[in-house]
Amino acid sequence: MSEDRPLDRKQAVPAIVGDPSDLLIVCGLAGASKDIAHLTKDGDNIFTMAGAMGGATAMGLGLALSRPDKRVLVVTGDGELLMNVGTLATVGIMKPSNLSILCVDNGHYGETGYQESHTQRGVDLETIAQGSAIPVTRTVTTEDQIPEAAQILRNSNASSFVLLRVSTAPPPSFKRSMDASERKSAFRKALLGTA
Amino acid sequence: MSTEYGSAVQWQEDLFKLLRENEVNLFCYVPDGGHKTLINRSIEDPDVISVPLTTEEEGVAMCAGAHLGGKKAVLLMQSSGVGNCVNMFALIKGGQFPFVTLVTMRGEFGEMNPWQMAMGTAVQPVVEAMGMQCLRAERPDEVVPTVQAALNMAYKSNQGVAVLLTQKLIGAKAF
Repeated sequence: MSEDRPLDRKQAVPAIVGDPSDLLIVCGLAGASKDIAHLTKDGDNIFTMAGAMGGATAMGLGLALSRPDKRVLVVTGDGELLMNVGTLATVGIMKPSNLSILCVDNGHYGETGYQESHTQRGVDLETIAQGSAIPVTRTVTTEDQIPEAAQILRNSNASSFVLLRVSTAPPPSFKRSMDASERKSAFRKALLGTA
Repeated sequence: MSTEYGSAVQWQEDLFKLLRENEVNLFCYVPDGGHKTLINRSIEDPDVISVPLTTEEEGVAMCAGAHLGGKKAVLLMQSSGVGNCVNMFALIKGGQFPFVTLVTMRGEFGEMNPWQMAMGTAVQPVVEAMGMQCLRAERPDEVVPTVQAALNMAYKSNQGVAVLLTQKLIGAKAF
């Protein structure tokens, strides 16, 4: 465990998300999808990905703009977000108050063999989020910073971005559905009553 | 085709009306001369959310997100933007999301910018290779029925559909 990344995602992600049942959650591929699929047992209020890298934040933005009555949380990783980091600028100009973004930043591409990502080499995604005009941003590195960030993700009355820096410990093991069509239909049925 | 490139023409007004009648209320776009009227109408309409993108593939994922929330969306882009979307189309195909994109074509009939030729020529095979439907409108009177067909195929048959607004329809930009 490195000194500058003391948190383990297996504890930190559930602690910062809290009760996921009243959120609509869009998850980027790999670790972030595993974190949330495990937390919700593949709940019908989550849409997880195993491809379409770089699309999670935009998908969450489309959902948030369409459903201002619901709190939308995007959970993604540093690698997934870096692939389309310009989407933070699109969030920053639209600023939906019901959209929160949690970036689980382990500084590595865990799915492909833990190669270093840009964030391990000095790139700061919170600064990019600030520069993209996202109104509320935080970086969480230690356990004592989690409660305030959890409140922001859940209750902020402006778009928010939380960078959760974690160690390279792996996400929890969970066998989730990889069928995007089935997940889409389950999500819509739970939210809208129709697939 | 004597109108100025990207100038307001009746078929674009009719197209906006058609999209609104079909309850499309999220318009995602990368600025484009050929879509100028449609983009401006979307910005002016208080019941429409109009979103400028940094890259077209954001719009693909946004349209899918809107569908998760029970709303209809459209992505407006130029033919070069199709190339920026290819891997994101996997979300549409894999998730069987209804999806409509209106593509103003470059790199075909009368093109005067050689940089547009490669992607313009590749649009239809790329769209079809990613499992989506490709429809073309060449004359003003084809636009509304073609886009209505695309909306039906998308929202009734869970298809991704690209409507190519061809260079014959729009005119070639002078260089």
